[in-house]
Amino acid sequence: MHSTSSTIVLVLAVFGASTVEMVEALTIVVAAGVSRGWRSALEGAAAAAVVLGVLVVVVGVPLVRYIPLDALRVVVGALLLVLGLSWLRKAILRASGHKDLHDEDKIYADTVAELSETGTEGAAPGRARVHSGRDGVAFVVAFKGVFLEGTEVVLIVISLGAAQHRLGLAALAAAAALLLVAVVGLVVSRQLSEVPENAIKTAVGIMLTSFGIFWVGEGAGVNWPGSDLAIPVLVGFFIAVTVGYTAFMRTKLPAPSPEESPAT
Amino acid sequence: MTELLARGVKAFGKFWWDFLVGDTPELALATGIIVALAFLLDGDRLVGAILLPLLAAAFLLASTLRGRRRAPGR
Repeated sequence: MHSTSSTIVLVLAVFGASTVEMVEALTIVVAAGVSRGWRSALEGAAAAAVVLGVLVVVVGVPLVRYIPLDALRVVVGALLLVLGLSWLRKAILRASGHKDLHDEDKIYADTVAELSETGTEGAAPGRARVHSGRDGVAFVVAFKGVFLEGTEVVLIVISLGAAQHRLGLAALAAAAALLLVAVVGLVVSRQLSEVPENAIKTAVGIMLTSFGIFWVGEGAGVNWPGSDLAIPVLVGFFIAVTVGYTAFMRTKLPAPSPEESPAT
Repeated sequence: MTELLARGVKAFGKFWWDFLVGDTPELALATGIIVALAFLLDGDRLVGAILLPLLAAAFLLASTLRGRRRAPGR
């Protein structure tokens, strides 16, 4: 029987990770659609989503069926831990000002500019030629964008789903996020730069790290007090760690150089 | 055919290397140490429940400090 706390954390982690990655993918798809034509961009995105779905089934189902649970949990836990710690590190550096925030507007503008330069013969000066039929460049760019961003989601879905034997639920949470981002993206018809990406990334990093530590310990025979109830406790611990580290890292920002300081 | 296979294996290896190690090898090392410690602490299981999260937090701080923005010329 699965505990409610681990199910909630599983769904939130997969949904959050998928939302962040799909917002990044949407930026590329919208850029391809606007500058090269929507038909091929949407076909490329849909093809990548299908390939990612097939990957979940082809890799995930045998893992759940044939690998011993303890071994699976150690491997999956280690994978989630690497992923979670690196997401958290990046999120802390961004929140504390040591790293620039992810700028969807800049990525969008760069992608549109790049695509507009490709095959603009016959177009009005300064404007991309928007294709009414099929466009190979739009298809490939949208496919690559969704596939590359989605690979991380697939790994998270397979890892979390397989370790808890809840692959279907994890895939469903990812699909819900994909649908939400796609619908919102279509409605507003632009990249979602207002999405608080770093906040979501921080939350997902905390959940992945907590799950990672939990599964590594569980697989290796660590006796977690309260069993699955240790997961929310670990989440609480890593929230405190993240808040503390972010505040601490703000004190480590270098002083602005004299030429950067405003004149008094 | 062999060349195509070799290229595929290389790309697969590069993907995993970038994914797991990338520019933060210390986090991959941290994970290895945490996994090893989890098995070594087999005889003292409750200590593991306290030690493993603390170790992860310590490595996270070290890695975050390594990635901080530094003053020019330092």
